[in-house]
Amino acid sequence: MATLNSLVKTFLLWELLQGLRVTLRNFFAEKVTIQYPEEKTPQSPRFRGLHALRRYPNGEERCIACKLCEAVCPALAITIESDTGPDGLRRTTRYDIDLFKCIYCGFCEEACPVDAIVETRIHEYHMETPGQNILTKDMLLAIGDKYEAMIAADKAADAAYL
Amino acid sequence: MPEIQTFTMNFGPQHPAAHGVLRLVLEMDGEVIHSADPHVGLLHRATEKLAESKPYNQSIGYMDRLDYISMICNEHGYVLVIEKLLGITPPIRAQYIRVLFDEITRILNHLFWLGAHGLDIGAMTIFLYCFREREDLMDIYEAVSGTRMHATYYRPGGVYRDLPEAMPKYQASKWRSKKSVAKLNAIREGSLLDFIDAFTVKFPACVDQYENLLTDNRIWKQRTVNIGVVPPERALQLGFTGPMLRGSGVEWDLRKKQPYEVYDQLDFDIPVGTNGDCYDRYLVRVEEMRQSNKIVKQCVDWLRENPGPVMLEDRKIVAPTRVEMKDDMESLIHHFKLFTEGYCVPAGEAYAAIEHPKGEFGVYMISDGANKPYRVKIRAAGFAHLGAMSEMVTGHMLADVVAVIGTQDIVFGEIDR
Repeated sequence: MATLNSLVKTFLLWELLQGLRVTLRNFFAEKVTIQYPEEKTPQSPRFRGLHALRRYPNGEERCIACKLCEAVCPALAITIESDTGPDGLRRTTRYDIDLFKCIYCGFCEEACPVDAIVETRIHEYHMETPGQNILTKDMLLAIGDKYEAMIAADKAADAAYL
Repeated sequence: MPEIQTFTMNFGPQHPAAHGVLRLVLEMDGEVIHSADPHVGLLHRATEKLAESKPYNQSIGYMDRLDYISMICNEHGYVLVIEKLLGITPPIRAQYIRVLFDEITRILNHLFWLGAHGLDIGAMTIFLYCFREREDLMDIYEAVSGTRMHATYYRPGGVYRDLPEAMPKYQASKWRSKKSVAKLNAIREGSLLDFIDAFTVKFPACVDQYENLLTDNRIWKQRTVNIGVVPPERALQLGFTGPMLRGSGVEWDLRKKQPYEVYDQLDFDIPVGTNGDCYDRYLVRVEEMRQSNKIVKQCVDWLRENPGPVMLEDRKIVAPTRVEMKDDMESLIHHFKLFTEGYCVPAGEAYAAIEHPKGEFGVYMISDGANKPYRVKIRAAGFAHLGAMSEMVTGHMLADVVAVIGTQDIVFGEIDR
């Protein structure tokens, strides 16, 4: 009986029909596809994307040029030069991040004692010409200024875990 | 009449079925393989040498990039050996989180393997279904570490952060009705553990779908049964580990044989094959996904009940929390010390291995007492498997080479390192 059964199933293409049933069901099932970029997948507040330098609410730069991020960066992507700023405080004169070298491990953010350098949730960016992979201090501050509300909300959401 | 000679054919390194940058030089007699000579090294990035030049913690991120299909498991091997040298044990909650993520990674790896293997030998649909489930697992990765792949989440002494209490949610858009968005967000209302729990509930049905598509399928069987047969004795001689060895019928799994973390407290089975062909290895891996799902479920239940620290408090090894660092001078000093110099590891040597989705992933480390390792040697499972390539394909047809590459589950990130 078992032999007969399997013989019938073989000739009826039984297991192929079983497979087709799966694909047919999925054909009519609700689609899982997302209409990017109008629609996006959810993003965690811990997301590690493009870098930014933050300021204090009064507009003062947070970064004090302690160079911890430079020291901890596994990919040696950060270059810092420092001097005394116009306000008499220690400031960076140069803060470059090479996005091609960066491995987005988040150690710079972890190391920063004043929450100056952060990795934001921005992940859609591009470079058009060689050299645009270097983010200078001004560019980093500009990103920070533009997205400060978002960065602050993300950091607040994750503060309890750090 | 001239004698028929074999001819040489290059397979890869740009062949889409060659899984990255494998170059195989095939000696062929017509359609039949005489011998295969794998050429490796095209993805060599000197990870081992690089690790010698930086403090211990800074290499964790590079371990993710070894086997880039099962990221967190590589980190596990690396932090385990450092912990062995330091003589520390992470808190129990961290151990459960590690096991949880190792098993999530195992599912992630086997899903990718199943999709790619299917695609290689002609089953297109399975790829789409596997990636559908991978998306959820990637979201779990992202929720906890901030990246979908290269997590840098494990640290010597525990894991970086505890599991989040909230999951990110889908936003409304013009493509979706409110009702549909609410439906998508239904499983994201609770914490990450609720999300993982929901996944473990739905996942067995997904595996049933894959099995319905493939397990009995006559085309799938024609492509895999009796292809690349490795007898158990030979598998042991060749240094096989993981599903490659278990597919041949040898019940060897480090999670059972030398349990690390909390595997000895969890209930799961080791599937083994009988024939040692591609089909048996497929069955073993599919069953491993089910078993991993079981382990994930047990970890979730435990983690719900038992909150606690996920990092050691030893401030000579583990950086203080941000609150402590900003309030307390001594913590700030520790913070600066750990992020510049790192910690020193007592002189000695150690080997730690974990059951990686692909086999035994081990790290052998020699320390001379400095803040950097003196030497790191990585034992990648895929390397031993690739070494058996010639033996496994000899006598088979050219198309079977693709099936064998698929069944070996090789990733060049770890083979070339």
